[in-house]
Amino acid sequence: MPSPSCPLDARKAVDLYFMEHRAKLLDIAAFLDRLDRAAAGATDDVRLRAMRQAIPLLIDGEGDRARRILELFSDHSAEPIPEAHTQAAIGVDPQGGYEAAATPQTT
Amino acid sequence: MAYIDPHIHMVSRTTDDYRRMAEAGCVAITEPAFWAGFDRSSPAAFADYFRQLTQVEPRRAATYGIDHYCWLCINPKEAEDPGFAREVISLVPEFLKADNVLGIGEIGLNKNSRNEMIILEEQIELARQHGQMILVHTPHLEDKLKGTRLTMDALANAGIEPGRVLIDHVEEHTVAEVLDRGFWAGMTLYPDSKCTPQRAVDIIECYGNERIWINSAGDWGPSDPLSVPKCHSEMRRRGHAPSLAEKISLHNPVAFLSQSPAFTPPCGVGLPAASA
Ligand SMILES: [Zn+2]
Repeated sequence: MPSPSCPLDARKAVDLYFMEHRAKLLDIAAFLDRLDRAAAGATDDVRLRAMRQAIPLLIDGEGDRARRILELFSDHSAEPIPEAHTQAAIGVDPQGGYEAAATPQTT
Repeated sequence: MAYIDPHIHMVSRTTDDYRRMAEAGCVAITEPAFWAGFDRSSPAAFADYFRQLTQVEPRRAATYGIDHYCWLCINPKEAEDPGFAREVISLVPEFLKADNVLGIGEIGLNKNSRNEMIILEEQIELARQHGQMILVHTPHLEDKLKGTRLTMDALANAGIEPGRVLIDHVEEHTVAEVLDRGFWAGMTLYPDSKCTPQRAVDIIECYGNERIWINSAGDWGPSDPLSVPKCHSEMRRRGHAPSLAEKISLHNPVAFLSQSPAFTPPCGVGLPAASA
């Protein structure tokens, strides 16, 4: 694999991208606040459990955060399913469990 | 800058999109056969669709000086009924004779079901029998990792030369395996799913610029037919040399697509081997 090759230095990368990602961080915060205000019932949704498990990966000090979050959201089974009952995907593995993790998991 | 958008569904786009793409520098596109957003009611609907891809869209594109090529198949979302799928597959060989057809695509998996696998394998065999190149659609979201691996295994089991196959819609968790196994990789620039222009440039920075391209996959859903030049501007913004965009969006597509005798490089682009 080639060595990292972003021509920007860290300061320039922050100058270029900080405001955009500040806004995205606030979007996530406001989304979670919105869920708190919503009627009870949604909080056990597998998508939210997966998201809660993904957020610690952002600050666990390891690299490859995007790859690790995508792997966390993926179906890791190997065999074809017997039949497709839907054409759609939901964004996380519906069978994934995603129990609340005390420590972040890497895959 | 002249560029190729190697995966875009122009049947879903307006003529005004052709004009804007041409103004942004697009000189050629390739259009895989895909799901229309609803299931077709008969194989005859696919025959009409294949006529649209081989006769109608090339004329629309030519109006704006854009070369139009296509790929033919039944897509995985409509492959759950093997009897229906086989009727559609039986139509393909006749259309392969059209002079803008580059190969079989976009075949692959959607929910990674057994019937999808059976039809994928039969279409790989169709490509093998007819000496056609292959463009692969990989599944969405949580199904992508598994479906990418199942598809690469099916291609390997069929003895297909990986350098004649492009695996599309790669992301951070699939790109390394695709490239390591010798396939070409495509990154699709979508606003909500797949890759953003920023992440696509990140992936190029991390995994290199060989055997990889970017595309808009512009269709009837949230998508942007100008996302390829927008990704080029992301490269420039970071300080990459203009040669990087040329490699990803002109020289790499020309190198891959020129393996099909139906493809003529636009603007006299050759096959430079130099990396950006
Ligand atoms: Zn497509």
